[in-house]
Amino acid sequence: MATTALEHAPAYQRSTIVEWLTTVDHKKIGIMYGASAFIFFLIGGIEALIIRAQLATPNGTLVSAEMYNQLFTMHGTTMIFLAVMPLSAMFFNFFVPLLIGARDVAFPRLNAMSLWVFILGGIFLNASFLFAAAPNGGWFGYAPLSSRQYSPGMNMDFWAIGLQILGIASIAAGVNFFTTIINMRARGMTLMRMPIFVWMTLITQVLVLLSFPVITIALVMLTADRTFGSGFFVTAAGGDPMLWQHLFWVFGHPEVYILILPAFGIVSEVLPVFSRKPLFGYSAMVFSGAFIAFLGFGVWSHHMFATGMGPLADSFFSLATMLIAVPTGVKIFNWIGTVWGGSISLKTPMLFALGFIAMFIIGGLSGVMHSVAPADLQQTDTYFVVAHFHYVLFGGSIFALTAGAYYWWPKMFGRMLDEGLGKWHFWLSMIGFNVTFMPMHWVGLLGMPRRVYTYPEGLGFDLFNMVQTVGAFILALSILVFMWNVIRSWRGPADAPADPWGGATLEWSIPSPPQEFNFAEEPVVAEKDAFWAMKDAAGVDRFPEPGHVSGRGIHMPGPSWWPVVVAVGLLMFFVGLMVHRSWAFPFTPVSIAGFALMVFGVFKWAYEPVDAHAPQH
Amino acid sequence: MLTPRNIEEAAMTSAVLDHDAHPAPEAHHTSLPIDNRKLAMWTFIGSECLLFASLITTFLIYRDSSVGGPGPKDMFEVPLVTFGTAILLFSSFFVVMALDGAKNGNRKKLILWLSLTVMCGLFFVAMQVYEFNHFYHKGLGYSTNLFSSSFYTLTGFHGAHVAIGTVWLATLLKDAIKGRIPAEKAINLELSALYWHFVDVVWIIIFPVVYLMSLGR
Repeated sequence: MATTALEHAPAYQRSTIVEWLTTVDHKKIGIMYGASAFIFFLIGGIEALIIRAQLATPNGTLVSAEMYNQLFTMHGTTMIFLAVMPLSAMFFNFFVPLLIGARDVAFPRLNAMSLWVFILGGIFLNASFLFAAAPNGGWFGYAPLSSRQYSPGMNMDFWAIGLQILGIASIAAGVNFFTTIINMRARGMTLMRMPIFVWMTLITQVLVLLSFPVITIALVMLTADRTFGSGFFVTAAGGDPMLWQHLFWVFGHPEVYILILPAFGIVSEVLPVFSRKPLFGYSAMVFSGAFIAFLGFGVWSHHMFATGMGPLADSFFSLATMLIAVPTGVKIFNWIGTVWGGSISLKTPMLFALGFIAMFIIGGLSGVMHSVAPADLQQTDTYFVVAHFHYVLFGGSIFALTAGAYYWWPKMFGRMLDEGLGKWHFWLSMIGFNVTFMPMHWVGLLGMPRRVYTYPEGLGFDLFNMVQTVGAFILALSILVFMWNVIRSWRGPADAPADPWGGATLEWSIPSPPQEFNFAEEPVVAEKDAFWAMKDAAGVDRFPEPGHVSGRGIHMPGPSWWPVVVAVGLLMFFVGLMVHRSWAFPFTPVSIAGFALMVFGVFKWAYEPVDAHAPQH
Repeated sequence: MLTPRNIEEAAMTSAVLDHDAHPAPEAHHTSLPIDNRKLAMWTFIGSECLLFASLITTFLIYRDSSVGGPGPKDMFEVPLVTFGTAILLFSSFFVVMALDGAKNGNRKKLILWLSLTVMCGLFFVAMQVYEFNHFYHKGLGYSTNLFSSSFYTLTGFHGAHVAIGTVWLATLLKDAIKGRIPAEKAINLELSALYWHFVDVVWIIIFPVVYLMSLGR
């Protein structure tokens, strides 16, 4: 029997681990982005729970001030760079090729490299806990707190070098997805026929490409200050800490749109399907997204009102910031217009999408309050700001990403998530979220400062903080419900239909999960909401279940070791930078070996035929 | 010669002939009339603009902010850098000639001009190594003052780009000598040429803004 099995085994059969390590399939890469980002999300969540436990009562003693600094820094850094961004990347990877009717991204191996660099960078950042030296200077790393003088340990080295690694992954992915969307669309899919999620992805990539190089340079200078003793941000040497703030926020403000625009895209896909109506004002949605991104580069200094830039700069950045409320308002009204008069089906993805709109409006309104410079001076560095950005990043991004997870889960895994548990997940999230973050508005206006590890009794903070902590644990419970839902679906049958929701876009036209080559026939698109149009043309509500096809003759790129080799070389290069202290001999043997490995990998990659080891269908 | 790759290609060609509906990825249409790799290179160059913009801005802010130590006027020597600039500019012309040779399948022309380009790249890197070494011995270490740190970081980043471009072009030169860049693969050279022109353009900004303007005030 064994010989028979061997004879029938395809020549390219590899072990599962090797298959996933070397895969260049955008769908597998997307799943790995999602899985690793979810683990980081849990780590960041546990950090948040420790913070809340510490703050539950006045004079908390659960963690030390130093530990608290590490926890809030890593919570912010993790949630932004290791959770929300890569969770969005999961959807970019899995769904952009499907939504535009392509068989893969433009550069499948580069895509794999982005993934591995991201995962290794995330592990690198979190490895700092093993050295009891997790970053402790805030996710914004303000100088001079981040300088060697005030942060002598390895903490901020981990931060600066970790973000540098993650930035490389983001820029590589940015080039890849920009090229994919511009150049790999199915025949007939003009730009203005693209699903809105693809549009928001495209705009996000532009933001990544134009903002990450700035933080790259800022981090290079910070690392030089810390390692080689230069004085870019050291006042004693004539350096200006304000330059750090400007460079950081020139990156940091576009970054917040990098976190929210994909969420806008997901919600704009979910709402029409569960309202059975096309998206209201498609082109207004496209242009408002582009306008938000454009303005996003002109408002960075609203993070710096408290630094005393003077009335002219304050006025400019106030007005520019208020202006962003206009395209954002356009989006909100268009979402409401989409749902208005629709035949609404309150499935879990829809609940999260509607919850997103409500929560994002609250976060948006407190954002407009920050744009008023005099008011902002009162709010800066208080919990009011913490409330604001959690309403837009949790109530906004995470709610939308969860909507996307429930919406696309059947397509990714061929299994449905349970609706009952999904509703539990939604209501626990909604309640837990608001109980946690709504009181932060009040406690913030009462003057409770952020980033401080404890507070004395009798300032009127006690009750609010206890309520917030209870809310945080309700929120944690909602995540456990989600995990239980995932485990249940994993054990259940893989019986999701190709088109469980009556979808509008091309991914629902192929089996769940899709075959490796996505589309047996490359689709031809005649209008927006391509799959709805196909169903209309055929005069049906649902097409019969599409069968699996052999895929013979479809040529897909083969797996490759070189992306992961290059990623490991890159990591070694940066790890080596952690241990040197002299610019005269800046590169340790680890760095040199890593660099050599990277160069070797790049050359092997360049000369590897794209179709080497390709499975023959 | 039957290499595994040839066999694959032959198998692929027959597969394409069998199934006209499923063209191979090489034949995949692109939405715009531009090769994916070329579009990606332009995209990357767009991103790099912000990288150098940040570096140049930092230099301009800091060149006169040093607390002590030498400044631009104590260090910069225009003749050598002018010569290096000229060399880099000529190399952009050379790589265009090489690309023309590649596109027309004129291997001799390709190899001649590409060799000259690589030599220019090597010369420029050597000039920069000499310049850095010279400045160092005149007392300008990396962390001497703000001028030195921002100058070395900016020109060091640019130098690293030139070095990478030189290695890339040298690799293609090796390929060209082995006859591996036929006319239909001229795009391989075109990509590196695009990058090379960009690196040149950045220097065209650095030379006046960093060297000449720092001396002329």
